[in-house]
Amino acid sequence: MDSVYLLPITPEFVEKIIEKERPNGILLGFGGQTALNCGVELAEKGILEKYGVKVLGTSVEAIETCSNRDKFRETLLKNNVSIPISEKATSLEEAKKVADRIGYPVMVRVAYTLGGEGSGVARDDTELEEIVSRGLSRSRIRQVLVEEYLGKWKEIEYEVMRDKDDNCIIVCNMENFDPMGIHTGESIVVAPSQTLTNREYHILRMVSFKVIRALGIIGECNIQFALNPESEEYSVIEVNPRLSRSSALASKATGYPIAYIAAKLALGYTLPELMNKVTQVTTACFEPALDYCVVKIPRWDFRKFRRVKRRIGTQMQSVGEVMGIGRCFEEALQKAVRMLNVGRELTDVEDLSFDFRKIKYELENPSDLRIFYVVKALKEGMTVDQIHRLTGIDEWFLDRIKDIVDLEEEITKKKSYELIKDAKVMGFSDKKIGEMLGKTESEIREMRKKLNIIPAVKQIDTMAAEWPAKTNYLYLTYGGQEDDIDFKKKSRVIVLGSGTYCIGSSVEFDWCCVNYALSLKDKGFEAIMINYNPETVSTDFDVMDKLYFEELTLERVLDIVDKERPDSVVISVGGQIPNNLAVKLSKNGVKILGTDAEDIDRAEDRAKFSSLLDSLKLKQSPWSKLETIEQAKDFSEKIGYPVLIRPSYVLSGAAMNVAFNEKDLEDYIEKATYISKEHPVVISKFIENGREVEVDGVCNGKDVFIGAIIEHIENAGIHSGDATMSIPTLTISEEIKKKIREYTKKIATSLRIKGPFNIQYIVKNSEIYVIECNLRASRSMPFVSKVIGKNLMEISVDAMLGEKIPTGEIIPNHYGIKVPQFSFMRLYGADPTLGVEMVSTGEVACLGKTFSDAFLKSLIASGIDLPKAGNSVLVTIGRNKKEIIPIIKKLVDLGFFIYSTEHTGEFLEENGISNKKLYKVSESKKPNIRDYLVNKKIDLVINIPTITHNIDESEKILEDEYRIRRLAIEFGIPIFTSLEMIITFVDAISCNDGFSIKSLNEFQEGL
Amino acid sequence: MVGYTEALTDPSYSGQILTQTYPLVGNYGVPPYSLTDEFGMPLHFESNRIQVKGYVVSRLSRTPSHWSVKKSLHEWMFENKIPGIESIDTRFLTKKLRMKGVMLGILKVFEEDERVDLKEYEEKAKGIPNPNETNLVENVTIDSPIGYESGNSLRVVVIDCGVKFGILRNLLKRKVDVIRVPFETSLKEILSLEPDGVLISNGPGDPKMCRKTIKTLGALIEMDIATMGICLGNQLLALAAGGDTYKLKFGHRGQNHPCIDLRTKKCYMTSQNHGYAVEPKSLEKTKFEVSFINANDKTIEGIKHRNKSICGVQWHPEGPGPLETEFLFDQFLEVIKNTNR
Repeated sequence: MDSVYLLPITPEFVEKIIEKERPNGILLGFGGQTALNCGVELAEKGILEKYGVKVLGTSVEAIETCSNRDKFRETLLKNNVSIPISEKATSLEEAKKVADRIGYPVMVRVAYTLGGEGSGVARDDTELEEIVSRGLSRSRIRQVLVEEYLGKWKEIEYEVMRDKDDNCIIVCNMENFDPMGIHTGESIVVAPSQTLTNREYHILRMVSFKVIRALGIIGECNIQFALNPESEEYSVIEVNPRLSRSSALASKATGYPIAYIAAKLALGYTLPELMNKVTQVTTACFEPALDYCVVKIPRWDFRKFRRVKRRIGTQMQSVGEVMGIGRCFEEALQKAVRMLNVGRELTDVEDLSFDFRKIKYELENPSDLRIFYVVKALKEGMTVDQIHRLTGIDEWFLDRIKDIVDLEEEITKKKSYELIKDAKVMGFSDKKIGEMLGKTESEIREMRKKLNIIPAVKQIDTMAAEWPAKTNYLYLTYGGQEDDIDFKKKSRVIVLGSGTYCIGSSVEFDWCCVNYALSLKDKGFEAIMINYNPETVSTDFDVMDKLYFEELTLERVLDIVDKERPDSVVISVGGQIPNNLAVKLSKNGVKILGTDAEDIDRAEDRAKFSSLLDSLKLKQSPWSKLETIEQAKDFSEKIGYPVLIRPSYVLSGAAMNVAFNEKDLEDYIEKATYISKEHPVVISKFIENGREVEVDGVCNGKDVFIGAIIEHIENAGIHSGDATMSIPTLTISEEIKKKIREYTKKIATSLRIKGPFNIQYIVKNSEIYVIECNLRASRSMPFVSKVIGKNLMEISVDAMLGEKIPTGEIIPNHYGIKVPQFSFMRLYGADPTLGVEMVSTGEVACLGKTFSDAFLKSLIASGIDLPKAGNSVLVTIGRNKKEIIPIIKKLVDLGFFIYSTEHTGEFLEENGISNKKLYKVSESKKPNIRDYLVNKKIDLVINIPTITHNIDESEKILEDEYRIRRLAIEFGIPIFTSLEMIITFVDAISCNDGFSIKSLNEFQEGL
Repeated sequence: MVGYTEALTDPSYSGQILTQTYPLVGNYGVPPYSLTDEFGMPLHFESNRIQVKGYVVSRLSRTPSHWSVKKSLHEWMFENKIPGIESIDTRFLTKKLRMKGVMLGILKVFEEDERVDLKEYEEKAKGIPNPNETNLVENVTIDSPIGYESGNSLRVVVIDCGVKFGILRNLLKRKVDVIRVPFETSLKEILSLEPDGVLISNGPGDPKMCRKTIKTLGALIEMDIATMGICLGNQLLALAAGGDTYKLKFGHRGQNHPCIDLRTKKCYMTSQNHGYAVEPKSLEKTKFEVSFINANDKTIEGIKHRNKSICGVQWHPEGPGPLETEFLFDQFLEVIKNTNR
């Protein structure tokens, strides 16, 4: 890029960049709904006109037609396109009238939001009230749409492109496995459509062209259809006049680079002028032909959240997605389920309830486990027809799943080795086949290799083999007899990708993989990527020399290693999923590039790492592995509460927790996990009020490069993925930093690290405790690399190859702040408090000339409306009462008006802070917190939760606090729950003197 | 992935073994013939029977699912005594055809444990009479004219070289009466039907086999009757005008062939099924010129008479597949109306 700005995507900031850069044109359709909304606002405010910036591609008028339901309906109806009966409403009363006219159930959609945020199905007045009032507050134009509900119709999507000369093509059509009623981002999606006839396919195709023409879109759009499963009747549900999650999926599913072509079309090229990037001889004006089947499954992470309901529906809650490719649906589906990395394969359903009523409930009320309940239902003898009636899932899909279940049963019963080939074609893993036959995974592997049952490597070529492909976009299948490529001798290195996004592993690791592999390529290696996440850059087929869009399981990686015979495999740049394969691959004779598997084990095995620290004379928090509740209690008593508990087996809820007293400990161990010899629990001292510091670095075995010493704003106890990070540090003394550098070098060299690493420390009262050391790329490395202007992945390549690396450290003269992004609004019921388990779903980072410059920009970027003087703040405090007084005083001085609840209010009063008392949500008296939050009379919520896991004792207090937090989230009001963040925030707003508009390049040049 | 009932009943596939690049076939089963349009033309078929000799797929759906479905693909083929084979790596087969061209093949059922001598069958395959050396059109045309009425005064004669229902549907939909005649109907007989327009249909095999039809067309194009050729019909027009045709290595099949209108430069997605093409140079000395070319291999996709209302396209504007070039039928009708005015 010529220039990159790490700044909030809001009209205010974008205007300043325009003012500075004076661009000729602007693209609005490539940054999702955020960019699109920002662009529309810029146009509405006349800013684009003022600076003479031309909107390239789809015009603002067309974007507005898609978002404004009246214009949208009018345009489509004029062109004889069927749409659902619907009317807009700008108030609850209006919405009720519309719902009465249409008849319940109705679908409520919110204008101008992302991923169906705020929308829902209302079955009666009460549900309507809840959804509409929330929706109105979320809509940029305070508008909702009440619509005829087309539940259980087929949901079909078309990805359409159009150029300025009106040439139109369909890149891909997709069929949702889950019928209407579940957001497409929450649905299992299959490409191409499987149950449409030629007529249906082409009727919808022609309607798609009619729609894209009527709306005047230039570039790409996604059109969602509902198709009656009993006739050819259809309805256009929605048009996204921009690149979307679906278009990314369609690109990966077909090999057609939609974003690249859309950008060219925006610049004024026509489709016939452009080349198909795969064949490099045929035109881009064509429709990809698939000779395989693709299955996308969303990945949810409900387990991480307290109090969340696991039901899925009309708004997006998934945090990632995976895409399985196979020559048949069964193979693609089973691959995709393994790719989810949720600890089960498609037919692993033993632990699910076999109670028919429960199964029926689950089928009618889908959750993240729906697909597994379908399998369970089949295994328990429910018929395809019954399941179809409960779920609306097309019988074709259910029949295919039944085939899988039946084959498993047959093999298990007959112990038949002859069916191994069939099982592989249907997508079963060696491990599963082993379970059926009473063998181990490796025994099955050996056996089938002897029988020459091995997968074939196939190319995704956009043309179904009609033209030769120049690119190596590959997958493996048992539905084929011949490899499409040959494996010429060359130095090649396989880089294992990061797999599915989930909480804790997201785009950061993809950045690491891509940057690492590109540096390898630069050094003359053939870089081979294995990854299966359609949202990533690493799965762009033209970034690497070869891309295997494949599972990151031991079996599949070994299959690819057998074919490719690489020099070595890199497991340390893609996060936990590849990292976990290190030892297993090494045992199978695969050469791991970088740190030896044995040394990785020395860092990961708690006991080994602990004795290493002892030998280096470094402090750590006392810990022990315990096998009974008595031992756990005794040990906790000995080291003193609070303690951190890490069970090795989790029944429900989060994996880690903090106990403040013995009762907490008992409660947690009894309710959420269990303790036994086979499932020991690790307990360590939880250090309170410590500062958490992380070091990202690279080591080549001898020399150490320190990328950055990062300090968390929050005290230790908040997961590092949820913490707000600052480079350089804020409160750590030079003396301590010197020691941290020294310790870091000691640990890195003792572990003989060759590659990237991350060490976490806690600093308290001038003591430094080592928490853990990860011998792999860390979540913060892209952030560090951007702040210090040095790419840690490039250095890591040299380190792993044993070459020279820079030493020392770059300390920037600007600030880089990384802030987490949360999605509590979308997660029904989730409690937005932070703890030792990570719950954030994304992150943002901004650079600034001062701390407050960078910090406040980052907050804005994460979607927080910065409160200003004169605004109202609701304060409720469960602990840290004393510490908070000076902050609230400062807020009053800054001109804020304070609201509060009974106890906090009295306490503030006693300390000379006048405030207005509001009644708790549970009290039905007015003035009530609920009304103030719902009507947005509060601009900021400060809530420091009471900490206890002892529910019985203070249930009411906790419930009240929870309801305040939840309401704040649902009505989009900023909320802070940590003392350190509140202090930092108030300090920052009190000394902020305007925002710097500097590009990343300018910041880096200043280093 | 869609259109297998249409493809299997497409007379242009007469005499051939058809393979499908999309691996999952039969998902929506076989809809009944009784689903028709207002003129009684079946909606999901191109003729009254399965036309292919054999069918090769990767994976057959035995339990189809669709509201219109009456039977599975397997049952339908079984009833029609048309053999098929599944579990074939059809991508491997496609690549072979791409590299070596269309070839002869045998489908044979072996007993379990029977020893198979592949060499023997390779030899046998070489001895099979090449369908392209026979006049396949004879097998798919009709014996005597059939009339279809839409209640209009305009009349189009369709020269049936293996016409698809889709073409008839498109004419009827535009409210013209259609008279479908055998492919070797003489010019005199055609003229006696007083046509306002003539359409030369698609059909199987080498166009040069239709000697008599070419001769008839040679005389027809000297007259002032609006004429349209589709696929084989396009090639027959070129031959009748004195041009030449040649066999493509592996032909054009499928629903995603981009064709460029040389006049407007617009590009259309088209449904194609042809193994022969018009030789560009051969048109130079004729009264025809190129109107459409393939955006990928630049072969001729359409021709038109330099000064008469006679044109042909190499693809299938009637589908199955992309429908955006149905406007060609509108244009044809427009011309008919204008010449009659």
